[in-house]
Amino acid sequence: MNYFPDEVIEHIFEYVVSHRDRNALSLVCKSWYRIERCTREKVFIGNCYSITPERLIQRFPALKSLTLKGKPHFADFSLVPHGWGGFVYPWIEALAKGKVGLEELRLKRMVVSDDSLELLSRAFPNFRSLVLVSCEEFTTDGLAAIAANCKSLRELDLQENEVDDHKGQWLSCFPDSCTSLVSLNFACLKGEINVGVLERLVARSPNLKSLRLNRSVPLDALQRILTRAPQLVDLGVGSYVQDPATETFVKLMNTMHKCKSITSLSGFLEVTPRCLTAMYVICPNLTSLNLSYAAGIPGSDLIKLIRHCKKLQRLWIMDSIGDKGLGVVANTCKELQELRVFPSDNIGHHAAVTEKGLVAISMGCPKLHSLLYFCHQMTNAALITVAKNCPNFIRFRLAILDATKPDPDTNQPLDEGFGAIVQSCRRLRRLSLSGQLTDKVFLYIGMYAEQLEMLSIAFAGESDKGMLYVLNGCKKLRKLEIRDCPFGDTALLTDIGKYETMRSLWMSSCEVTVGACKVLAKKMPRLNVEIFNENETADCELEDEQKVEKMYLYRTLAGKRKDAPEYVWTL
Amino acid sequence: MSPPLLVVTKEEGLSNASTLASASSPQSLDCFSQNGGASLKERNYLGLSDCSSVDSSAAPGMSDDKKDNLNLKATELRLGLPGSQSPERGPDIFSLTSTKLDEKPLFPLLPTKDGICSSTQKTIVSGNKRGFADAMDGFPEAKFPGTAAINVMLSPRPAGVQPTAKKEMPSKVLQGQPGAVNGTGGTVGASSPASKAQVVGWPPIRSFRKNSLATTSKNNDEVDGKPSLAALFVKVSMDGAPYLRKVDLQNYTTYQELSSALEKMFSCFILGQCGSHGASGREMMSESKLKDLLHGSEYVLTYEDKDGDWMLVGDVPWEMFIDTCKRLKIMKGSDAIGLAPRAVEKSRSRS
Repeated sequence: MNYFPDEVIEHIFEYVVSHRDRNALSLVCKSWYRIERCTREKVFIGNCYSITPERLIQRFPALKSLTLKGKPHFADFSLVPHGWGGFVYPWIEALAKGKVGLEELRLKRMVVSDDSLELLSRAFPNFRSLVLVSCEEFTTDGLAAIAANCKSLRELDLQENEVDDHKGQWLSCFPDSCTSLVSLNFACLKGEINVGVLERLVARSPNLKSLRLNRSVPLDALQRILTRAPQLVDLGVGSYVQDPATETFVKLMNTMHKCKSITSLSGFLEVTPRCLTAMYVICPNLTSLNLSYAAGIPGSDLIKLIRHCKKLQRLWIMDSIGDKGLGVVANTCKELQELRVFPSDNIGHHAAVTEKGLVAISMGCPKLHSLLYFCHQMTNAALITVAKNCPNFIRFRLAILDATKPDPDTNQPLDEGFGAIVQSCRRLRRLSLSGQLTDKVFLYIGMYAEQLEMLSIAFAGESDKGMLYVLNGCKKLRKLEIRDCPFGDTALLTDIGKYETMRSLWMSSCEVTVGACKVLAKKMPRLNVEIFNENETADCELEDEQKVEKMYLYRTLAGKRKDAPEYVWTL
Repeated sequence: MSPPLLVVTKEEGLSNASTLASASSPQSLDCFSQNGGASLKERNYLGLSDCSSVDSSAAPGMSDDKKDNLNLKATELRLGLPGSQSPERGPDIFSLTSTKLDEKPLFPLLPTKDGICSSTQKTIVSGNKRGFADAMDGFPEAKFPGTAAINVMLSPRPAGVQPTAKKEMPSKVLQGQPGAVNGTGGTVGASSPASKAQVVGWPPIRSFRKNSLATTSKNNDEVDGKPSLAALFVKVSMDGAPYLRKVDLQNYTTYQELSSALEKMFSCFILGQCGSHGASGREMMSESKLKDLLHGSEYVLTYEDKDGDWMLVGDVPWEMFIDTCKRLKIMKGSDAIGLAPRAVEKSRSRS
């Protein structure tokens, strides 16, 4: 390729978008490395501590879009103590100093202060898109800064963040001149917003395609908003409470007839189930339906709604739908690709979902490739059937509410069931296990799960062999997270070179000792090995034989981090 | 020439809509595995080269050829332990279990009339009690008799690891929720089975989702006193402590439970403080001394309510308290003097 001028190669590279492909390009030769790095605009950093922002900026001068992830996944389940890290401020500061032309920032599980948002809003004149997922520490004041200062803001997408409401009028901070909004999602905000301000904002945003409201937006406001924005493609309903016998409701029914473009529906944070009939008219167009926060919809009404949704590809729902409801889904939603069933609060056992629902889905929905399923029980037979019916699984996550429950029919561990899944689904990339499991399931995983990249294990296994089967067998493993399993020092130390091929390893409440972690850290300087023992203060001595409560190790080019709190020892 | 150091980047969808990586992923990280540690071992799929002493006669480890063979067999959709499928390898590999492999019937993935496969599996693993299952059902002593047998096979492990550790497991499981075992007994309705102990982080639901359910169930009319997956996490800070804690108020039913849980949680800071006063840092405080510290004039428990006011904990009924409490703070008694009168006024205006 030496005889192609750079401009030609650059042009070709424009068509190469995925990060993995771009990484491959950069390895071919020096000149491709150079061309690639000068033209890459989007960068994905799966672990914000794996590299310093300065180094990133130096390598990719054309950087426009940055995705950063902070805390380990188990932080979602309160396993990472407060203050662990994942602060975005240093990144924003470095990007500002480096005069990067930042346009998009996507953050997941990071600590985002109002100061960071303020700096972000002022330092990048072309900034257009902010997506925050499962972040914390910012308040509506930070949002106000974004609204006020980002002149060409197109996207503000807040998903499941913990946001303190400071009762300021952040929505009012969008200036009248702001007409560029394409996507606005504030469903996770708990506080009140000024509905009039919202309506005016929608009215002056002709490009608005995605709008997700929070609990404080009532049904009558929804109706008025939809009248002004019939072009919406993605709608998140906030409060949906109304007496169906009112004129307001009739108005809404009529308005829905005009919303032909809506293909994605979510929300219903508060709901009068009888009013769902107004949604029936758009259901035939829906490809995505997220009712996982709609705790107020009983199973029978869920079923009625879903009967109209023949084109559905993605469904997130609560287990109040029951096995019977999942049967209806299986009969109706033949295009279904992704299903998530979340546990609901007030359920009697008869309404919950079991293995029967999953089997029904597998029989009716052969295109299913992503699953997250919370259930009360699972059997090996069911898993084997599912494996046979749906060989296309890419993500398979099963969470049995009783974490070590065996197969209730045979009283056996679920090794064979999960074994069937990994054997049948050759493209499986993500797997989460639960139920009673011995070392055998890990043998199967090591043998068959060739594409596996992320594995989550809890309360499983019998010995170090289990973990070793996985480390030895899964060549593409990137993230391994383990809690409450009897894996110890031998498992940890047998193949330490493996960890540099992975993004991270989490082990909590296992059998690993401080001494082993020290050995590992000493031998592998390009890993950060962090241990947290919460009940110790910094001046406590760590004895080698002591069990480690929580260990998180990750490969890094940035060395030991300087922002770790006192209870974190980086060995 | 050595490859330039790469930024470690992986493709992964951030938002709910995950994108499928349709392009095949090149081995861009081979440079890492080559550089990683001199002790890089050739990996075999059985992983037995180090651990097991029984594989000397059996296949030394699957080369790629053998693996391909197995894959072909695998397409027949049969399941069983690998030894039972390929005749050239002895069944010795997994003799750590007592059952003979030959007797184990395969798991045929053949369709039956009703679409559910019949399961005729015999017990492979015998005598293994899952200590964790015990842990989940009410914390008897954890037992791991099965692992004792397996340990014999493994290469030398660090001494002193096994026995004591297991017993600590149940308590570790509860570490973050000291009041849980007692607490759930109260909050759970009479209809629920033997109180499922609240394990931190299980079921694996995002805390945002849990808290959101809590708010919704409070607003709904259909709330009945069933066991709740929703949680009410509030931050707990303490003057002088280096970091905050979070507690789930739904784990407790009385002020006493909350108080003892907090005592346990923050005891290390009090210990630390006593240590700095010149007494030996390792001196164990007696429980009564601890309680005196907390109940005496040294520290008081206060909370910030929905209106943003700081109140003394204990003045209002418990249900009202968890309804209005936004965060907790353990203050020095001297700082809390101004609070008492306001608390009384507030409870008057509420009742």
